[in-house]
Amino acid sequence: MSQDFRLDNIGMVNRNKKISFTFNGKKYFGYEGDTIASALIANGVHLIGRSFKYHRPRGFFGVGVDEPYAILQLERNNERDPNIRATEQEIFEGLEVKSVNCWPSVNFDIGAINNFLKMFFPAGFYYKTFMWPPSFWYKIYEPFIRMAAGFGEVSIKHDKERYEHKYEYCDLLITGSGPSGLASAYAAAKNGARVILAEDKPRYGGSLLTSDVNIGNQTGVEWSEKIITELKSMSNVIVKNRSQVFGYYDHNMLVMSERIGDHLPKTQKYLPKQRLWYIRAKEVLISSGSIERPLVFGNNDTPGVMLSSAAKEYMKVYGVLVGKKPLIFTNNDSGYETAIEFKKNGINPLILDTRKEPSSDIISEAKNLGIEIKFSHVVVAAKGYKKVKSADIAKISDNKKDLSNIENIECDCICVSGFWTPSIHLASQSGNKSEFNEKIDAFIPKKSKQNENTIGSANGKFTLEETINEAFDKGYEVSNKITENNNKVSMPTVVEKKSTEHDKFWCVPLPKGKSYKRFLDFQNDVAVTDIELALREGFRSIEHVKRYTTLGMATDQGKTSNLNGLQLVSDIENKVVPQVGHTTFRPPYTPVSIGAIVGREVGKHSKPTRKSPMHQWHEKNNAVFVDAGVWLRPRYYKQGNETLFEASKREAKNVRKNVGVCDVTTLGKIDVKGPDAAEFLNRVYTNAWLKLPVGKARYGVMLREDGIVMDDGTTTRISENHYHMTTTTAQAANVLSHLEYYLQLVWPDLNVNVVSTTEQWAGAAIAGPNSRALLMKLFPDTDVSNEGLPFMGYKEADLFGIPAKIYRISFSGELAYEVNVESDFGNFMWEKIIDVGKEFELQPYGTEALSTLRIEMGHVAGSELDGRTIPHDASLEGLVSKKKDFIGKRSLSRSAFTKPDREKIVGVVPLDKSTSIPEGSYIVKDPNAKLPNPKLGHVSASCWSVEYDNPFSLAIIKDGKKMIGQKLFAMSPLKNKTIPVEIVSSHYVDPEGKRVRA
Amino acid sequence: MLYIFCPHCGSRSQNEFAYGGDATVKRPELNKEISDQEWDNFVYLRKSPRGKHLELWHHISGCRQWIKVERDTSTHEIFKTYKANELIE
Ligand SMILES: [Zn+2]
Repeated sequence: MSQDFRLDNIGMVNRNKKISFTFNGKKYFGYEGDTIASALIANGVHLIGRSFKYHRPRGFFGVGVDEPYAILQLERNNERDPNIRATEQEIFEGLEVKSVNCWPSVNFDIGAINNFLKMFFPAGFYYKTFMWPPSFWYKIYEPFIRMAAGFGEVSIKHDKERYEHKYEYCDLLITGSGPSGLASAYAAAKNGARVILAEDKPRYGGSLLTSDVNIGNQTGVEWSEKIITELKSMSNVIVKNRSQVFGYYDHNMLVMSERIGDHLPKTQKYLPKQRLWYIRAKEVLISSGSIERPLVFGNNDTPGVMLSSAAKEYMKVYGVLVGKKPLIFTNNDSGYETAIEFKKNGINPLILDTRKEPSSDIISEAKNLGIEIKFSHVVVAAKGYKKVKSADIAKISDNKKDLSNIENIECDCICVSGFWTPSIHLASQSGNKSEFNEKIDAFIPKKSKQNENTIGSANGKFTLEETINEAFDKGYEVSNKITENNNKVSMPTVVEKKSTEHDKFWCVPLPKGKSYKRFLDFQNDVAVTDIELALREGFRSIEHVKRYTTLGMATDQGKTSNLNGLQLVSDIENKVVPQVGHTTFRPPYTPVSIGAIVGREVGKHSKPTRKSPMHQWHEKNNAVFVDAGVWLRPRYYKQGNETLFEASKREAKNVRKNVGVCDVTTLGKIDVKGPDAAEFLNRVYTNAWLKLPVGKARYGVMLREDGIVMDDGTTTRISENHYHMTTTTAQAANVLSHLEYYLQLVWPDLNVNVVSTTEQWAGAAIAGPNSRALLMKLFPDTDVSNEGLPFMGYKEADLFGIPAKIYRISFSGELAYEVNVESDFGNFMWEKIIDVGKEFELQPYGTEALSTLRIEMGHVAGSELDGRTIPHDASLEGLVSKKKDFIGKRSLSRSAFTKPDREKIVGVVPLDKSTSIPEGSYIVKDPNAKLPNPKLGHVSASCWSVEYDNPFSLAIIKDGKKMIGQKLFAMSPLKNKTIPVEIVSSHYVDPEGKRVRA
Repeated sequence: MLYIFCPHCGSRSQNEFAYGGDATVKRPELNKEISDQEWDNFVYLRKSPRGKHLELWHHISGCRQWIKVERDTSTHEIFKTYKANELIE
């Protein structure tokens, strides 16, 4: 199609660069700098989609963020992007977009039948219709609603684009580069403030791009170019286009999304597609401008009905005519500017002005140009289905109640102007309670809760002179509070055409016998009758009316509909708008892509990955890794075609029979130092610590104040005032915070310091009957005999020239040692152990074998210490001192914790000695009891005992001690299993603990 | 996101801190006989005021000091911050 609606000598698009793109599979041309909207309009395309509820034809209504209709689906590099506004998305070579909300095609839409059934779609339709029977919900109602209402489809493929987050601090953030944004940025930057100026469009200048004004003897466009160029050259200023500040949060934190690659066929190398900026600003100037309000009349949603300011911008910025027979319908002077622009480009518009006899510079100019104007006239209804073909117009009485002289005139577009609504969204988000301004029939920000000021037309200043003056003043005032430079720049002179007052009229009455739909919310299809119905049904609060009718709840957040909705409610209720109040604005101001919000924290990058110094060795030796918190640990070392089960069994068996080595670097380690260290440990742990000699380790349990076990581990006295504490991998960070809490806040008198040393030490656990023989070869100069290094002993030793620490502690229940060296030597240590261990049949073992070994020994771990158990429950009551006080002790004497039938840990063996018991199973007396079956407890951990070659589990059950020997049932509703079991001691292997002391 | 003044480090974003609850709670002294009620008050019972609240924050991704912050729970305004051992009038 040729560009029949493109003007030759006007606009800012690059005529030297033709760009082709497809819309609904058809190829079109535009120019570099066009949006999808401007390029399609240039090609005469106005039917772009179908409406949400009635599937009525939809065209273009605005020219930017306010667009309620033209929401498309974009396909780029095989990726889909739904919810693209055609008025914002710039075209690039090969761009593919298609309509949403229509099936099978935009020209023939089956859903449009809803339009003829609209009596069935009143306000609250969904609430009323899809209620009963409840069973219909997910089978019939929900699929129907979803099919009918979809706004495009998201891709389920992995998004290969990169999104970044950035944190920035500044003195002053200015949101919008219109006249007020430019002027205030300039004044503040010249006064030395660090300024960020954000513009959501590609071009800077806002209304200066389209208005016929003069600043400092330059046109608006020239002046804005000059200011931007100077701002960009200043080192204290960041200027960003295609950047929308969409959220205003606490303590002056604002979030901005910068679209870096969205307008390009492919994201540039080394650049993300979008960047999300978290900006902490000392001061904020909101210069987000205003949005033109629609006038409400019959069929005012027909394609071709659009905002008059949008029509002007299509001409002046894109060189595109929205129609060749335009009707301008206005209640103020803005419509005249659009009419004059049409006239200058050889098009004859007709102006319908609701006012009786207004006079101003602009009106005179229009008259002088020979533009036809009908005062006291309105559009009654637009005619035409897929595009405006004509309009019924009428004379309206002075009281605006009665229509007369209804006639039909031909036109191909209707440009409406119902005056202007300041964009107060950001101010409202910051907590600013706005006030209604009678002069402009709209809300403007009031007292700031945070360090924020609103300027320009966002603050209800609709003349350029007022705007520029206010902006220069505020830019200076706010920046001077911070910089105190007192450097004030002089203000330029402003020349503009004077305009006169607008008419408060906003909604055209229906002529007798007609029932045209008059829409308020164009995106959610909310009409005047819907609001009337909601009020008839008793909804009063504007927040309720909003939710019941969905007015203003679409993705455009009611940018064009909110005020007219409020007007209607106040008219019906005989109130004034400020009494009705307005609904709360919440972030985001415009839709933000999920990718930008997530940033780089995707997949593997969603959390850090910690690896031990021996990681590469594990990788080379076929380790299969498992996430342990943020650590990667070998789960097992695969040999041949082994399964997890086979490999872990082999590894665990080898520990029991020969010797194994396990990477235990991930254990939390905390250095506790100071003269009061022993006293501190004595308060932190449940057992006694004052008499632990140097060179000895002790197992300890620590509680929270509520008596629940927080963590366990061994702590070793390295020297007089130096202890080496170990924690579980999972609790390491919490334990450190816990210790710091008591040292800093509760017992600041204790002279103790704690610091994490987890990453300073690499650890290897050597376990099994051959471990001493292996140690003797590793440390030939050190006495590691049972006498020289007894159970729970500690020694410093030399490992082939490397200083090492040997702790004789055991988690596996076997004779075992833990060797630590500085992390840098971790791999050296590991390879030595593997090498020297060969003759002792040493094998490395992973976390799965480790679990098996500890479970069959009845050693508790995270699955038993699950934040619900006290020491008694885990059979750790022997470690609870009766003599001294410690954190959480008082709680242990509370009645629930001293009940005689309190839960206790036990062992569970299936009667058939072959069926594994799923973890999480319930232990019950009678598997056939009436539901809910009273549960005695649950299975916390399961393994295949390598000692006895049958399944074995740990469980925590009521009155556990008395249950030993009983035959009960383990039930897993999840796995649909009921297994007859016998309750045994949790210490299944070596209950006397002979091996660890051997 | 709050902007919290750490008396040791300066103003930092909330995501460097962990919240630590009511800062006016005093742990009963060790080895002191106290009633169940007193203990429960210490362990479990907290006021949830709308308005000024003195609370603990832990600068975990900074200096690792516990600090006290006087904050309005409804407006999030922070009036003053104190070191752990600072006297508060
Ligand atoms: Zn700090």
